[in-house]
Amino acid sequence: MMLAGWGRYPALDCRLERLRRREDLSGLLHRSTTLIARGNGRSYGDAALNPELTLSMRAMDRMRAFDAVTGRLDCEAGVLLADLLETFVPRGWFPPVVPGTRLVTVGGMIAADVHGKNHHRDGTFGAHVESLTLAGADGAIRECSREENADLFRATLGGMGLTGVILSARFRLRPVETAFVMAETRAARDLDETMALFEASRDWPHSVAWIDCLARGAGLGRAVMTRGAFMERGALPPGLASNPLRPAPAGKLRVPADAPSALLNRVSIGLFNALCYRRGRRRARAGARPIHFDRFFFPLDRIEAWNRLYGRRGFVQYQCVLPKGDSAAGVAALLERAAASGQGSFLGVLKLFGPAGEGLMSFPMEGYTLALDFPVRSGAAALLDGLDEITHRHGGRVYLAKDARCAPERLREGYPRLGAFEAVRDEAVGAPPRFASELSRRLAL
Amino acid sequence: MNGGIETALVIGATSDIGRAIAHALAEDGCVLQLAARDPARLERETRDLRVRTRGAVTAHRCDVLDEDGGVSLLDTLDPLPDVAVCVVGRLGDQAKSQRDGAAAERVMRTNYVGPALLMGALAERFERRGGGVLVGISSVAGERGRASNYVYGSAKAGFTAFLSGLRGRLAASGAHVVTVKPGFVRTRMTDGMDLPARLTATPEEVAAAVVAAIHRPRDVIYVRRVWRPIMFVLRAVPERVFKRMSRL
Ligand SMILES: Cc1cc2nc3c(=O)[nH]c(=O)nc-3n(C[C@H](O)[C@H](O)[C@H](O)COP(=O)(O)OP(=O)(O)OC[C@H]3O[C@@H](n4cnc5c(N)ncnc54)[C@H](O)[C@@H]3O)c2cc1C
Ligand SMILES: NC(=O)c1ccc[n+]([C@@H]2O[C@H](COP(=O)([O-])OP(=O)(O)OC[C@H]3O[C@@H](n4cnc5c(N)ncnc54)[C@H](OP(=O)(O)O)[C@@H]3O)[C@@H](O)[C@H]2O)c1
Repeated sequence: MMLAGWGRYPALDCRLERLRRREDLSGLLHRSTTLIARGNGRSYGDAALNPELTLSMRAMDRMRAFDAVTGRLDCEAGVLLADLLETFVPRGWFPPVVPGTRLVTVGGMIAADVHGKNHHRDGTFGAHVESLTLAGADGAIRECSREENADLFRATLGGMGLTGVILSARFRLRPVETAFVMAETRAARDLDETMALFEASRDWPHSVAWIDCLARGAGLGRAVMTRGAFMERGALPPGLASNPLRPAPAGKLRVPADAPSALLNRVSIGLFNALCYRRGRRRARAGARPIHFDRFFFPLDRIEAWNRLYGRRGFVQYQCVLPKGDSAAGVAALLERAAASGQGSFLGVLKLFGPAGEGLMSFPMEGYTLALDFPVRSGAAALLDGLDEITHRHGGRVYLAKDARCAPERLREGYPRLGAFEAVRDEAVGAPPRFASELSRRLAL
Repeated sequence: MNGGIETALVIGATSDIGRAIAHALAEDGCVLQLAARDPARLERETRDLRVRTRGAVTAHRCDVLDEDGGVSLLDTLDPLPDVAVCVVGRLGDQAKSQRDGAAAERVMRTNYVGPALLMGALAERFERRGGGVLVGISSVAGERGRASNYVYGSAKAGFTAFLSGLRGRLAASGAHVVTVKPGFVRTRMTDGMDLPARLTATPEEVAAAVVAAIHRPRDVIYVRRVWRPIMFVLRAVPERVFKRMSRL
């Protein structure tokens, strides 16, 4: 069947099978030379696609044990983050790291070693994983942790499914007193101000900036930053105090069908960005206010199937990170280049990462990460290659969970521990590698 | 809050539909008794249910192909449940059932003999106690024998008729019988089949319909509901015509 990632580009005809129990895996391994695990398909590009065999992990969704004293959860890899939140927030527990959508699996969070708005304080999701069980090419199941099979553990965090199939994992949830975040909005008039705001927000557990990607000249890099911290029970206003751990209010918008891609043109995107910026300034004046974690962390989840906004041909998200010292110049060059192209990114997100973690192929490193969306249309490829060049010149790298088109050389330059990764993977999996995706084929991983 | 229903038994709890029903009943506040033929796989489900709902769950072994039809399960239940749901079934392979009598018998016993004897034995106790709800998962496939799956269909037809008779018998006792007729459901049983989206339910939809039918006792429910008019029409087609269309 035709399968794609969240960007709907590329779409490939893949044989899709569901893994229902771990005993079934060795049979599937016998029936195919290569395969890749797939979580909930929220990576944007071709990371979870293999025409020969794509193995859906969504049916591996049992929770195994929970310790209500320490918050330690043991669950299968196909459990959705949304499920975790629904189960544990009402009991006062929250995952240590969450990405910008709750529709991802635990396996996907580990394989991409996802980061959240709190990366500068808490690192990636992988940093909180205590151990995981991994099925290898021979079907044998290995327990991996910092003590046992430590190399394989480090290769699997951010390893994009190439070291094997993650069957389950253990990690600790954190206590929260309420489901609300005290959030504050700040507007910054240019890139210097935006970066200064990040520096000044180091003590906030969560921070992220939406960046106006069409502004140029003096306003280049103008942004609206949101920062926040989970609230304590006593700090809640009376209206919320009666049910501090309440679930998110319902209500969903839906993008009805494939939007004509002409809808996204210079004018409409410019208008949208200008509106967001102005709204941000208004909010900034209003001061801090409590908002539900669901709105704070997952604003896009309220618009179902928003990926259709970009039209039938899909879109590409470009996300890179630049070392801190090079960030100011590099981010300015990237924004300038994107704005000049007229390709118009609907969404631009900027965030300051903390130091890199232990995952050999993990994306984050200390510095700024920028994410931009571009509809797939003529001219996009040249622009993206141009962005790659800037990223490379500034010593940065792109995020594999978003990638659909980066060239192999660029990847090698960006990930200095790639050689170490391949050595561990080859030792564990054998050659030629059994766990392969369209992404690993394209990037010659 | 759930009308005095405290304990619920789900037989076939390692199926997708059984699991969904168990979770829905736990959400509803029931203490659960889960039964299945494979203890190791059942353990996976009981743990999941415990973590997710913090509810009380006990595990019970039951294989309807056992000598006693699995009825010794009843001796392991304490207390006798207020609700018992039987999800046990087996689609089998029609072509194989045609060639191989033993295979056909397995399908018949799994869909009819086993579930019917279990429901019958539970009915005895429910009648004695004077209350309770029995829920049997049958199928629209039991409405009419089609060339493409009549071995399965006929066994489901038997189960449907059994439940119907049981309902009449128990009517005076205060115990109630619900027959559930799913159309297509997206489960392990139908993995890889190309099913029409509008006619295909999720296991969660079946579970929600079952819980609703327990609370506001219903006799026969179809999931999805469009199957009721579809089957009404299908039953009316003359055999002469049906004979030709039933290879579908
Ligand atoms: C709206 C939106 C916002 C996002 N925000 C962020 C963000 O803030 N930070 C961030 O880091 N990411 C973000 N992402 C990306 C997303 O978190 C990652 O792509 C994540 O990996 C998706 O998880 P998934 O379960 O959908 O996995 P898939 O997309 O299905 O797979 C992703 C990768 O994980 C591998 N994989 C999945 N399951 C397993 C398994 N059981 N065993 C082995 N390998 C496996 C696949 O092979 C593939 O390489 C966002 C995505 C969207 C759509
Ligand atoms: N899926 C559909 O489209 C559909 C449509 C109409 C009706 N139904 C009915 O819905 C019910 C559940 O089906 P499903 O779709 O969830 O598929 P399923 O997973 O195949 O369910 C069958 C269940 O019956 C159990 N079982 C089989 N043989 C048994 C035995 N000898 N003793 C005890 N238990 C036994 C299975 O146990 P194991 O887990 O150990 O295998 C499994 O739990 C079945 O009765 C089926 O006929 C399904």
